[in-house]
Amino acid sequence: MSKDIQELKAICKKIREDIVTMIHQAGSGHPGGSLSAAEIMTALYFGGIMDVRPEEPEWEGRDRFILSKGHVAPVLYSVLAERGFFPVEELSTLRRFGSRLQGHPHKAHTPGLDCSSGSLGQGLSIANGLATAFKHRKTPQRVYCLMGDGELQEGQIWEAALYASQHKLDNLCAIVDDNGVQLDGRVEDIKSLGDIAEKWKAFGWNVIEADGHDMAAVMDAFHEAKEAKGAPAVIVAHTIKGKGVSFMENDCAWHGAAPNDGELQAALSEIRGA
Amino acid sequence: MDKEIPMRDGYGKALLEMIPTNPNIMVLDADVAKSTRTSWVKDKFPTHFIDMGISEQDMVGTAAGLVLGGMLPFVSTYGVFLAGRAWDQIRTTVCYNELNVKLAGAHAGISVGSDGATHQALEDVAIMRVLPHMTVVVPCDAEETRKATHAIAKAKGPCFIRFGREAVPVVTGEDTPFVLGKARLCRAGEDVTIVANGAMVHEALGAASELEKEGLSAEVIDMHTVKPIDVPALLESIRKTGCLVTAEEHQMYCGMGSAVAECVVHHEPVPMEMVAIKDTFGESGTPDELMQAYGLDAAHIVAAARKAVARK
Repeated sequence: MSKDIQELKAICKKIREDIVTMIHQAGSGHPGGSLSAAEIMTALYFGGIMDVRPEEPEWEGRDRFILSKGHVAPVLYSVLAERGFFPVEELSTLRRFGSRLQGHPHKAHTPGLDCSSGSLGQGLSIANGLATAFKHRKTPQRVYCLMGDGELQEGQIWEAALYASQHKLDNLCAIVDDNGVQLDGRVEDIKSLGDIAEKWKAFGWNVIEADGHDMAAVMDAFHEAKEAKGAPAVIVAHTIKGKGVSFMENDCAWHGAAPNDGELQAALSEIRGA
Repeated sequence: MDKEIPMRDGYGKALLEMIPTNPNIMVLDADVAKSTRTSWVKDKFPTHFIDMGISEQDMVGTAAGLVLGGMLPFVSTYGVFLAGRAWDQIRTTVCYNELNVKLAGAHAGISVGSDGATHQALEDVAIMRVLPHMTVVVPCDAEETRKATHAIAKAKGPCFIRFGREAVPVVTGEDTPFVLGKARLCRAGEDVTIVANGAMVHEALGAASELEKEGLSAEVIDMHTVKPIDVPALLESIRKTGCLVTAEEHQMYCGMGSAVAECVVHHEPVPMEMVAIKDTFGESGTPDELMQAYGLDAAHIVAAARKAVARK
């Protein structure tokens, strides 16, 4: 599955519509970090970056995706549904009792999901384990792991960063959704990460920086990451929290809040008109 | 006198035995490979060993990923750091995903000795047995540790095995049966049941000999699997003896004794006494000094048994 940039942009719009709609229907959820990751996730699942089979979700040869920042489950659920892993109509069950779409992703329930997540800082270690297993078994799968920039405040991320470069995991591509905002405010005002790209370089990674909302640039970054050998690659994607809905953009209040009826309509018309 | 061998030797031996026939095994350690005996794997099967450095949380997460990639990881370090420091990783990544990660907590209990309280795992059984999907095993000697390690490799889902640092008497033989989840009857008796695990099994057998001199017949059960606990074996014994004592090298709250108490109050309330650490931290000392000072020896089990019998 590989689509041209215009098609990917159209899918991205649909993903954003899904995100705000399902969070509105659920009455709770995390729109800000879901919207900032829309291009990244669209590239992975629709741009031919990841090899997956919706009709055979547990296919052993599939590439793996670990959503380390588990609270942005809506963007993952949307791409999985739009890609055909489960019916798009099911998105309206998000966070409801008995739903397969838990508030934070649960592998046992959701087709296409590679691991449960929700406690921040743990995903990169899991991705490392997968990448190590594939190297040990000499199989070609690649592993992708999406982290938030605020999440990089967790120490375990940096333990895992050391491991991946020590073991030269060039079948691993991490992505930092660098939207600059965490739940309580701006990352730089709370516990600044300084120069994120320089930090990853210092930890021995191939670092690729990209505008995380420029679909072509995101695709280029993933292709460049695939070519990088001898060290793990990280894409530092410069993004805007709440991207696509002006009143949500760069506002930490929309980290974890649901739009009401009027806000949903405003958000949808803005996304559709973009 | 039984031969004395550290239980961790049984862990290392089992790993060496399994790897040739199970190429998916990967042994992880956090910079204490000599202590846990995983250095034996490092020397003999280097491609099946990863030294994670001093990063317990990362080690557990990496093990989870290894399982998702088709491997069978054995995660080894001191019990206090494995169960304690990496608890959230064990809870949310390993147990919530029901991943086949095998966790081995070494240097458990107060008998770690001179390193002092920071290194004495006395809460690990409590915080592991509370987790859904987790199996918890506390073997009594090197041979049982070897068998238990084989057993958890075959079991499905997350398992935690804990063992001590010191050489302790080997009370089981190669032919002694070991079944995960099935308590082992060590000695039959009529008047009081002593349920022990870990190094306390040997102490319980010593206590039973002492009690015999006083005319009290003690039944000794090795409750090596704390979760799932063997309810039928426990009930069969206490319905016969009418009272019991638990003995473990762990905090009194939430350990094996508590697991037994939960079973007893549900099914068959009888007088019960607990021999365990009494809600306190340990300190430096020789293993023997500490076991005696903190009430974890045969003499304390004898006293507890007398008390339990008197309450019948």
